[in-house]
Amino acid sequence: MKNFTYYRPKTAEQAVALLDDKWGTAELLAGGTDLLDLQKEYIAQPDKVISLSGIERLAGVGVGHITGRDDAAGKEADKNTWIIGARTTLAFLAEEPNLRQHFPALTTAAGDIGGPQIRNMGTLGGNLCQRNRCWYFRDEHTHCLLKGGDKCFAIDGENRYHAIFTQGHQCVIVNPSTLAPALIALDASAEVLGPKGKRTIKLADFFHAPGSAREREHVLAANEMVLSVTLHAKGLKNASYEVRHKQSYDWPLVQAAVAFKYEDKKARDVRIVLGHVAPTPHIAVAAAKAIEGKEVTEATASAAGEAATEGAMPLSQNAYKVKLIAVAVKRALLTAAGQKKYWEV
Amino acid sequence: MNDTGEHNHLDQQDVGPTEAGLSRRDFLRTSGAAATVAALAEVPAALAEEAPAQSPAKAIGPEPVQLTLDVNGAAMTTYVEPRVTLLDALRNYLDVTGCKRVCDRGTCGACTVMVDGKPIYSCTLLALEAEGKKIKTAESLIDGGKLDAVPAAFVKHDAQQCGFCTPGFVVAMRAAFDQNPNATPAEIEEALSGNICRCGTYQQMRDAIVALCKNQPGLGTRKKEG
Repeated sequence: MKNFTYYRPKTAEQAVALLDDKWGTAELLAGGTDLLDLQKEYIAQPDKVISLSGIERLAGVGVGHITGRDDAAGKEADKNTWIIGARTTLAFLAEEPNLRQHFPALTTAAGDIGGPQIRNMGTLGGNLCQRNRCWYFRDEHTHCLLKGGDKCFAIDGENRYHAIFTQGHQCVIVNPSTLAPALIALDASAEVLGPKGKRTIKLADFFHAPGSAREREHVLAANEMVLSVTLHAKGLKNASYEVRHKQSYDWPLVQAAVAFKYEDKKARDVRIVLGHVAPTPHIAVAAAKAIEGKEVTEATASAAGEAATEGAMPLSQNAYKVKLIAVAVKRALLTAAGQKKYWEV
Repeated sequence: MNDTGEHNHLDQQDVGPTEAGLSRRDFLRTSGAAATVAALAEVPAALAEEAPAQSPAKAIGPEPVQLTLDVNGAAMTTYVEPRVTLLDALRNYLDVTGCKRVCDRGTCGACTVMVDGKPIYSCTLLALEAEGKKIKTAESLIDGGKLDAVPAAFVKHDAQQCGFCTPGFVVAMRAAFDQNPNATPAEIEEALSGNICRCGTYQQMRDAIVALCKNQPGLGTRKKEG
């Protein structure tokens, strides 16, 4: 890997001050499980690496007070507001029992990532901001769209792990974050710090399909960083289900995260988000509509799964993912509703 | 944080959402409610106060810088460029060769070491990031000439062929038993999902795991061994 100057700032403001206003010259280092790989392949060649390990306050989970109100309604809202620091490890997210009680979609997704070593190193912020896994992008010698070239090699090449919702995209990567679909289903938002101060972005608006070397998989500017993610416990039934080749240590082929209110055996405000099928997490509107107001049964969950495939335009090698979406959505819905997991014997 | 005066000064300032949108008090509340190993392991870091200074962070490197690591209880000092990984620092600079370099991409697990008790891939951690942390390699799994129960079970059950992956496996397995001395064989196998053996001695490893889970109550407390 190319050598660099290393910084270990004590505050997020110091870290942001070290970032440049264009991508490529400076990188933030959290768990390093993605960045070091990219550096070893010379995909990332930063002159400055800014370690976040000195910023103690970025790690941990807290029940926050963000309303700033002292009345009963404000306090109640505070009690149900969960703030997770960006440098909180995936292992911590996977194992925290209070988080699991309210947000099993998130904790399951975190526990499904990599193996124990990856989860002990990888972080929430890093998972959201990691680069995609396309083998053309990760090959040093392939000059693809995202590295300043003028062609996506996956569209006519080896594309079995690529997007099936390809409409209008010049680059057919899949967004690599497994936490993102769960966080979007749970209506989470991220707090981001830049040179002009903080801003809040809904996770649903956080991602973006890149088409050039000037863009990344998310909407942050090159001189911004994620501070934390905020979730509200609203008694939603929620779950994440992913389909993989292997039982462990593998990237998902497809993933479905679901969240809904479930009163009188009727699913309301249903959100279904698919991972690893499009350049951004894919919000499956038709699937949510298919089960809205209905009891979650094998039949209704199955119908929602079929609806989730609406609009899929697979590439030459990945039509199999269409079928997997239907299965993942069905199983995620049944899991969230507490139905018997017939697929586990 | 050792400076009492500074601590009080910060306490007075700590009245609202702070840097990460979290106040110190809220973290305390959560950590009290979440009395688990995981919570206790992580939350104290979040309790630390913000550094008051807004001066720019110091540049380290790119030329080699002095680095002292706590390796198996010994302080070891060397000079490394910032790009040197913990694995390379241990093997090539400090001659601690238990951890092995195989994939060098955080996939195979041969480089597994414990950092502050948790198994991590040393090939994917910068050596500078391990400063001030307790690093334990396979060399630590011996006490006064007596082999730790985990590698001893590997020997007894012939759970290695070429042996190159073994240091990573025994460290990952030791960490799993440390975390849960009463782990089931299935839980230990899950804890080894980040390690690969290309000779395929998995069945012998399973035998070793079953024997360890059955015969070693309280295995996690090393003092009780033997």
